[in-house]
Amino acid sequence: MKVLVPVKRVIDYNVKVRVKADQTGVDLANVKMSMNPFDEICVEEAVRLKEKGKATEVIAVSIGPQQASETIRTALAMGADRGILVKTDAEVEPLAVAKILKAICEAEKPSLVIAGKQAIDDDSNQTGQMLAALLGWAQGTFAHKLELEEGSAKIEREIDGGLQTVEVKLPAVMTVDLRLNEPRYASLPNIMKAKKKPIDEKSPADYGVDIAPKLKVLKVSEPPKRQAGIKVKTVAELLDKLKNEAGVI
Amino acid sequence: MASLVIAEHDNKTLKEATAKTVSAAAQVSTPVHVLVAGSDAAGVAQAAAKIAGVEKVLLADDPLYGKMVAETMETLILSLADKYDAILSPATTNGKNTMPRVAAKLDVAQISEIIKVISADTFERPIYAGNAIATVQAGAGKKVITVRTTTFKPAGDGGSAAVEKIGAAADPGLSKFVGEELSKSERPELTSAKIVISGGRGMQSGDNFHMLDKIADKLHAAVGASRAAVDAGFVPNDYQVGQTGKVVAPELYIAVGISGAIQHLAGMKDSKVIAAINKDEEAPIFQVADYGLVADLFKAIPEMDEELTKLGY
Repeated sequence: MKVLVPVKRVIDYNVKVRVKADQTGVDLANVKMSMNPFDEICVEEAVRLKEKGKATEVIAVSIGPQQASETIRTALAMGADRGILVKTDAEVEPLAVAKILKAICEAEKPSLVIAGKQAIDDDSNQTGQMLAALLGWAQGTFAHKLELEEGSAKIEREIDGGLQTVEVKLPAVMTVDLRLNEPRYASLPNIMKAKKKPIDEKSPADYGVDIAPKLKVLKVSEPPKRQAGIKVKTVAELLDKLKNEAGVI
Repeated sequence: MASLVIAEHDNKTLKEATAKTVSAAAQVSTPVHVLVAGSDAAGVAQAAAKIAGVEKVLLADDPLYGKMVAETMETLILSLADKYDAILSPATTNGKNTMPRVAAKLDVAQISEIIKVISADTFERPIYAGNAIATVQAGAGKKVITVRTTTFKPAGDGGSAAVEKIGAAADPGLSKFVGEELSKSERPELTSAKIVISGGRGMQSGDNFHMLDKIADKLHAAVGASRAAVDAGFVPNDYQVGQTGKVVAPELYIAVGISGAIQHLAGMKDSKVIAAINKDEEAPIFQVADYGLVADLFKAIPEMDEELTKLGY
C-alpha cells in the first residue's frame, strides 16, 4: 500500500516570532524555517510502515514556495521514496490544501494519508479532517498509536479525557499527535541518497484548484504583554501573597 | 438567521464549554440553538435548555452519537446546516475533530479557536502559539467556528428553551468506536478549574506528582503538566497544558518545575495570577509569573503542604 505524507515548511519551533510593525503578518525574512514538527512524526510513522513491509511506497507532498522542496528533501532523507512539490508563493488556506491533496489522492490512490494534527504557524488543526471529508474517507485524528489490519486500521487517539480507540476503514486519513513516535535524524549517507530521489513539480492549477483565500486577514498584532511580577523568598510569603494580596486561594 | 452550537457533554453532564460557546454564538447570530448529539442524553438536553439565551435545543438521541464520532457528527450537522448561518463548537477534541469536516463540505474556511468576536463576521484568533493575534474576516457562506472557551464567560442560567427531538442522520459506516481509557479524578477538570497546579520535567517522576495531588486536594485545584512531563511518561496526555494540549485560564496557575517553553506559555499565559516555583532563577517562566519563588521544589512543595494545613486548608 502507498502512504501519502503532506509536509509543511514553517518557522522553526525554536525561533522567537516577531509581528511586523505594519501589522500585515509575522516577520519571516531571514528566519530559520523547518519541517512542521508534527509532520516529522508523520514521515517517521510512514517510513516505519515501509520498514515493516506494510507500506510499499511513501510519497511526501509539500505545497508552498520553491524552498518547500528542502522540506521534501528532509522527508526523503528520512526515508520517503519520492516527492511532489505543488509550487505557489501565495498563502494557501487549509481548505485549499485539502482540495489539492484530494486531487493528489485521486491520482496516487494511497491507502493511508498521515498528516500532522496542526502546523505550528497558523495552528488551524483542519487540513486532515477536511481532506477526509472531501474524499468521503474515515479519519483518526490526534493519533497516539496505529495498528494496521486488513482493510482497516485501529487508531488510538489523544482526547480531552484520556485515550480513545477507533477502528477506521481504509483508505483513511490519520493526523498525528506528539507521542506517536520519536522521529529519527537523517544520516549523512541518507541525506546524500535523498538528493537523487525524484521530486515532481506541479502547480495548484495542475489540479484545478482555486487557492484564493476565503478568509481576509485584516491585521496581525502582538498579544498583550504580561509583566513579570515579584520574587518572594519563602513558601509562607508566597501563600500570604496569594491569599491576602491576590485573593486567589 | 440563527446560530447552532454543538454541545460538549459525556451523555450525562453538559460541560461548561457549551455555555461559553453560547456566549460567543450570541455575538455572531441570533437566535441561538444548541444541538445535543448523544446516547441517552435527555438530561444533557434539559441542562442545555436552561442556558440563558438559548431559544431551542435539538436532541439527536441515538447510539450512533454516544461517542460523537466525527464521520457521523458530520452528516448530522450537515443535515441541519441549511437553517443556520453560523455553526459553532467549543475547541475541545470533539469540536476539533468534527468541525473541519463540516466546513469542508460547506466549502467554507473554518475559523479555528476564536478568542474574541469583533463583529458578526470578524474575529480574533491566536496564531504562532499565541505569539501573534490575527484579526480575520469571514467571506461569503456559512461561518464554521471553533471557540477557545477560556476567553468567553459562560452564558448564565435561567433559560427555558424547548427541547425538540430529531432523528439520526445517515451513518456513513466509515469508522466505529472501539474503546477508551479515561483518566478518573475527583478533582475539577483542567479547563474549568479555578486553580491549576502543573508540574514539569523538574518533577523527575510520575510518583513525585503525588506531591502536587496533595496540594491540589487542599486547594480544590486541577493538576496539569508541561509537554516535557507528558513526553517523559510521568503523567497521561490529558494533563498537558500548552499550544497543542489544553489551554487554561484559571484564577491561579501554579507552575512547579516548569521552565516556561513558548509552547507551554501558550496554554496558560491568560491565567489571572501565575505563581512559579523553579530552582533556576533564569527560567523563562519567571518572566510571566506574578509571584516567583526560586527554590528546590522537593523542599518547597512539602513545605507548602504543611503551611496550607496550618492555614486551615
